Amino acid sequence: MTQALTPTETMVLNMGPQHPSTHGVLRLQLTLDGEVVIDCKPVIGYLHRGIEKIGEARTYSQILPYTDRLDYLSSASNNLAYVQAVERLMGVEVPERAKYLRVILLELNRIASHLMFVATFANDLAATTVFLYALREREPIMDIFEMWTGARLTQSAMRVGGLGWDIPDGFVEKAREYCTFLPPRLDEYDRLLSGNRIFRVRTEGIGILPPEEAIDCGCSGPTLRGSGVQYDLRRDEPYEVYDQLDFDVITATTCDCMGRYTVRMEEMRQSLRIVEQCLDRLPEGEVIAKVPRAIRPPAGEAYGRVESPRGDFGCWVVSDGGPQPARVRFRTPSFYNLAALPRMVRGWKIGDVVAILGSIDIVLGEVDR
Amino acid sequence: MSAGPYLSLTAWWQAHGLPLWIADAIWMVVMAAIITVFVMTTVLVLVWLERKISGDIQSRVGPNRVGGRFGLLQTAADALKLLMKEDIIPTGADKIVFILAPFVVFVPTLLVFMVMPFSDKWIVKDLNLGVLFVVAVSAFPVVGLIMAGWSSNNKYAIMGALRAAAQTLSYEIPLLMAMVCVVVAAGSLRIGDIVDAQRGGHWFILRFPLQLAFLIYFITAMAEVNRVPFDLPEAESELVAGYHAEYSGMRFAFFFLAEFAHLFFVSAFCATLFLGAWDGPVLPPVAWFFIKSYAIVIAIMWVRWTLPRLRIDQVMSFAWKLLVPLGLAAVMLTALVRMQGRW
Repeated sequence: MTQALTPTETMVLNMGPQHPSTHGVLRLQLTLDGEVVIDCKPVIGYLHRGIEKIGEARTYSQILPYTDRLDYLSSASNNLAYVQAVERLMGVEVPERAKYLRVILLELNRIASHLMFVATFANDLAATTVFLYALREREPIMDIFEMWTGARLTQSAMRVGGLGWDIPDGFVEKAREYCTFLPPRLDEYDRLLSGNRIFRVRTEGIGILPPEEAIDCGCSGPTLRGSGVQYDLRRDEPYEVYDQLDFDVITATTCDCMGRYTVRMEEMRQSLRIVEQCLDRLPEGEVIAKVPRAIRPPAGEAYGRVESPRGDFGCWVVSDGGPQPARVRFRTPSFYNLAALPRMVRGWKIGDVVAILGSIDIVLGEVDR
Repeated sequence: MSAGPYLSLTAWWQAHGLPLWIADAIWMVVMAAIITVFVMTTVLVLVWLERKISGDIQSRVGPNRVGGRFGLLQTAADALKLLMKEDIIPTGADKIVFILAPFVVFVPTLLVFMVMPFSDKWIVKDLNLGVLFVVAVSAFPVVGLIMAGWSSNNKYAIMGALRAAAQTLSYEIPLLMAMVCVVVAAGSLRIGDIVDAQRGGHWFILRFPLQLAFLIYFITAMAEVNRVPFDLPEAESELVAGYHAEYSGMRFAFFFLAEFAHLFFVSAFCATLFLGAWDGPVLPPVAWFFIKSYAIVIAIMWVRWTLPRLRIDQVMSFAWKLLVPLGLAAVMLTALVRMQGRW
């Protein structure tokens, strides 16, 4: 057999910043040989708002709403990472009830975010119907948030020392109702999507991220656990009341898109478990500790870490004793997860780029800050 | 539309001593007009139907404001919007080819309706080689797709066009084999004969090896009309819009028209080949023809809104490694059964 000697040229294709599947304003500079991706260079910065710099010019309580705008699909975890750092600076002890409520808020946020992942991931693979189903199931969570905090997406419910509001009447019933409402719907997705032959050939064995590489890139969250690494801050570095709750850390050993998808599907079920436990044990009492109106932490620095739906979300706050922090820095998981993308897409086809990008579930607001 | 009125027209014409070609020309123009109007209306209905069906499947309402409760005029309003949009030709485009492409895609999809047996009497021209004509003409739009992709001077468009070419040509082969099965069973390439062979409820889908041919036809038909799971050429989440990425307004509308016209055509032709076209009891033949065609249309739409999309190489290997051998087997099996003199 003779090798074809037709000279071929590579083509550079700019996927984005306006593209339906880059999940925001991300530009992927793809070098293509026909349909095959030879190289991929993510170009970021289209959504840079300078939130860290803005933080230096705002008081401690004014910064909080800005953190909502990082990972806008799960604002509670961003809030918490920041609030934790400030609480550590000031040495505030959060009331028990607020801790439980924070966990409920975090886990509902995680479910909402993972549902959004299922929706967009399915949409990237042209299963438009699942997209609408998942958004439909996300809607009751949004209603619960609205009922509690007045906002559906950017809740800003956390405060230094606790929460802004106690839960309203009827909240517990509504949350419980949701815990029984969602599992059958998740089973429905399994029947409609996860078991679908076409979905499986599009995700199984696609976009392999070996555990060592995932760790090297600094990946975290479902992207890392999808590669089989048992790492979850909720268990490894428990905050709030996670050490008293019973839940499993879900991992998948396949290291492919399917693995990352199943991790998130299963995490939703675990989150429901956590929410139910918290609702059962919810103590009475205050939801916010005694904190001075004007927050002025003593000079020093502190770091808050939260397991957000996308991974290890950290916030580092430096105080010089003034009303405004000297430096605020966010460690956003999507940024590191995106760094692993070029390794995953090399050698795959354009259609797979979309699937792989969808499977790491980035939020551009978080990548660019 | 069949021989009757045509013959009386020509007879009257010749009786008055006028040349026959003028009568022919008038006849052709009238028929073309009827077919065009019919196709346009069908597309309006299909687009509305698609939206309603997708709405039902996705637990939404779908269009419900324009034109009464069911949004009946939604597509008409959309068409009007497309008409009024600015006509944009990209600076880097190859102008002539860019302008021609939508018509190259659209015209063949109209032509194929010429041999469509809408009823026992309604067929514009029952050609001797009806099936061959259909195959030849419906393979033509892919040229237009390549023209569109190439002339747009857009990387997404050219990739969409290349995918379209590869996919359409690959799926043409099993499609052809499925048709050959029917031709073998009917013993004729003439559409009229194929329908006659199925008269009185002896539809081909009910006869033993032809179910296989039906299955192959149904799958390849979905690929031919570029629908999920085979919508690679326009793959929204990958190639934005594929070959028609740079088209807007009426030029885009022509691609859209062609796509839905082709969808109706493959469904109606499926009904013709396997479900006995207009054959059926009680109701008038035309009604049966449309009931069967729309049943297939709805099935294709249902599949579209249920399944995810395959990848291009998976689409290709599915055609070559599964459908082509299966098609060959179907042809052989049909021929064997035919030789045995069954039926």
